Amino acid sequence: MSGWPVDLKRRGLMGAGLLAASSALVGAKGALGQGDQVSGHQGHNSAAADTSAHVNAHGEMITVGDVDSANNGFDPTAMLTEWDTGEVSYLPDGRKLRTFQVTAEDKEIEIAPGVKFPAWTFNGRVPGPALRVTEGERVRIVFKNFGSHPHSMHFHGFHAARMDGIPGAGLVAPGEEFTYEFDARPYGCHLYHCHALPLARHIHKGMYGLFVIDPDPARHPEMAEAAKSRLLGTPENARWQEMAMVMNAFDTNFDGENEFYACNTIAHCYAKKPIKVVRSRPVRIYLVNVTEFDPINSFHLHGNFFDYYDQGTTLTPTLKTVDIIMQCQAQRGILEFTFAEQSDHEPGLYMFHAHQSEFTELGWMGMFDVVEALS
Amino acid sequence: MSVDETPQSSVAPSYARLSWLLVPLALLIGALWWLVSSDLLGNFGNGAPPVENLTVERTILDQNGIRLLVRGGGSEPMTIAQVQVDSAYWRFTQDPPGPLERGSVAWISVPFPWVLGEAHSVTFVTNTGATFGHDIPVAVETPQASSLNFVSQGLLGAFVGIVPVVIGLAFFPALRGAGPALMKFLLAMTVGLLVFLLIDTLEDALEFAGRSASIFQGPMMVILAAGASFAFLLSLSRRQGAPSGLALATYIAIGIGLHNLGEGLAIGAAFAAGAAGLGTFLVMGFTLHNITEGIGIAAPLLKIKPSLKHFALLALIAGGPAVIGMWAGSLAYAPHWSALALAIGAGAIAQVVVEISALLARGSKDLSSGLMTKPVLTGTATGLAIMYVTAMLVKI
Repeated sequence: MSGWPVDLKRRGLMGAGLLAASSALVGAKGALGQGDQVSGHQGHNSAAADTSAHVNAHGEMITVGDVDSANNGFDPTAMLTEWDTGEVSYLPDGRKLRTFQVTAEDKEIEIAPGVKFPAWTFNGRVPGPALRVTEGERVRIVFKNFGSHPHSMHFHGFHAARMDGIPGAGLVAPGEEFTYEFDARPYGCHLYHCHALPLARHIHKGMYGLFVIDPDPARHPEMAEAAKSRLLGTPENARWQEMAMVMNAFDTNFDGENEFYACNTIAHCYAKKPIKVVRSRPVRIYLVNVTEFDPINSFHLHGNFFDYYDQGTTLTPTLKTVDIIMQCQAQRGILEFTFAEQSDHEPGLYMFHAHQSEFTELGWMGMFDVVEALS
Repeated sequence: MSVDETPQSSVAPSYARLSWLLVPLALLIGALWWLVSSDLLGNFGNGAPPVENLTVERTILDQNGIRLLVRGGGSEPMTIAQVQVDSAYWRFTQDPPGPLERGSVAWISVPFPWVLGEAHSVTFVTNTGATFGHDIPVAVETPQASSLNFVSQGLLGAFVGIVPVVIGLAFFPALRGAGPALMKFLLAMTVGLLVFLLIDTLEDALEFAGRSASIFQGPMMVILAAGASFAFLLSLSRRQGAPSGLALATYIAIGIGLHNLGEGLAIGAAFAAGAAGLGTFLVMGFTLHNITEGIGIAAPLLKIKPSLKHFALLALIAGGPAVIGMWAGSLAYAPHWSALALAIGAGAIAQVVVEISALLARGSKDLSSGLMTKPVLTGTATGLAIMYVTAMLVKI
């Protein structure tokens, strides 16, 4: 007796007709115990009865448990609004100088409930600090490498070759330090990342962050209002609800495919803890894609449309009234939308996620909790 | 040395001699203590995470989703942190919860709305980020252990296990008047078919061994179990000299029966896993294929007058285990049990091959002149050929 279907993978064995025939052969319908399974899988009941709204909105398809933010040393919700504006001083010519202190450290972080990842970090967090400066300022970044490998900070923007953060230009050996210095130009939504080799490994390990250069209204008189709304610290800017979001992913078993996708590192973090948004105030998202191993990532908003500023280097939208944008690796932009203009926009949960279903289901999915007022 | 000193030294302090056992034991304990306390292995540690291993032993699909019985095989206790189904994270419950000790099992339940007849893949992500995949090639509701199943599975088991053996045994009267040459031919044909079964059984056993948890050391388990069953049955059969006639037929039946038990487990497991599209042609093929087993059992009986009761018992011994295997396989199944059953079967078949060969060689000057005869060689070749050709009917 050889060739019994011990290899369960073989689709060739399947066939309803054959199944029925063999059942009939032994003179008993349902001989194989499969007579009544036609509707077998309908109507699953929730095993873990969690009645909170956002869990219902995504059913059982979600990671189990919560990440210990205190142990990680960073909280994805706090990260949304944490801008590192450095230390301000003035150059002899009266220009503003912003000095940032950044360290590279090896750190094991929890990227999904119960899953540890041996990350390489800037300032102990993934993504690294969201650095924010104003157009035309002098920027000085004192970078110390406390990690186990050579690292660098490569900024997207105008700068000299010596400041590029590639091998030979600001690559820092373990225990060493380097100071990057350049003028903040052009304004926009940029990023920085480690440019040590191998590049993919250093980026995927967590060495990246947002680098936002706000437009200087004085330099853009024809668009002063728009520039003011983007400039951190102005009254025009204060009414905006601004958020820093870095789309990233983690390949935990090093097979070249990501096991977890997220925005700001923690899979499903904004699904489990929806982002509170006040209905009457507009929303601006600084979004950057640093997802390694997948060529593109995307952002889709439910129940609404947004204006998009590709790279953030314009004061007028490069795309108007869209509900999905896609970004290549290192592409970034600014999203602006509001829940105040449409009468349909009742308070409640509005989902956002990558529209690659696979990314969504592997963690890159969250909720805006639109409320009338912050409680 | 006086004469009376000798008994004293050998008999007197038997407990003192026993106490000498303490010396190596104490040395062993001391060595282990040294190993642990001096952290001798610490120098070899390179900070790498512990090796993890996870094996899925059972898969159950029902109204509540998917349930999987997993066995941990890591160097240290391991923790399942998240579970993906078809590249999506799902809520799951683990019973018992907590880290999986080396060798321990737990049920993982995922409320996943599986789709009838389609493929699904489950991925376990541990706390170190390592992943272990498990494929469900065709999702079908797992049969419940109901009385209807019990009966119908038994019927199917009997059909593929007992019926062909009975048909084979029914050739007995026709072969009755066989001359010595035909006798030898038939016995040699039995050897041929048994050699085929031996290789086939070992192949299947090793395949199951490959799918069982690594702590069971599958291939070694198969070889040891086969060897042990071979030695045990050989010593059993040789208590009153080399077996022949009814005794030999019984041993052939036992060998074939154990083979059928393992195969029954495989079929039962296939049902349990939902991959049970056994077509009519398959069942017919198996039946045809197994008829030779019945002829093989009948061959040593041609010179004696067995009663009908004997035939019934032989058919039951050879075919009955298929029924038991079907039940056991569909109710409780793990790959290592199938591997073990098939390995024991292989040992039993090897024993019968040896016994029939010995029977064929009996009365000859030496082994080669007894076996290197025309009827024996053609018979063996015929047995192998019949098995090979009929196996084509059922090989997928």
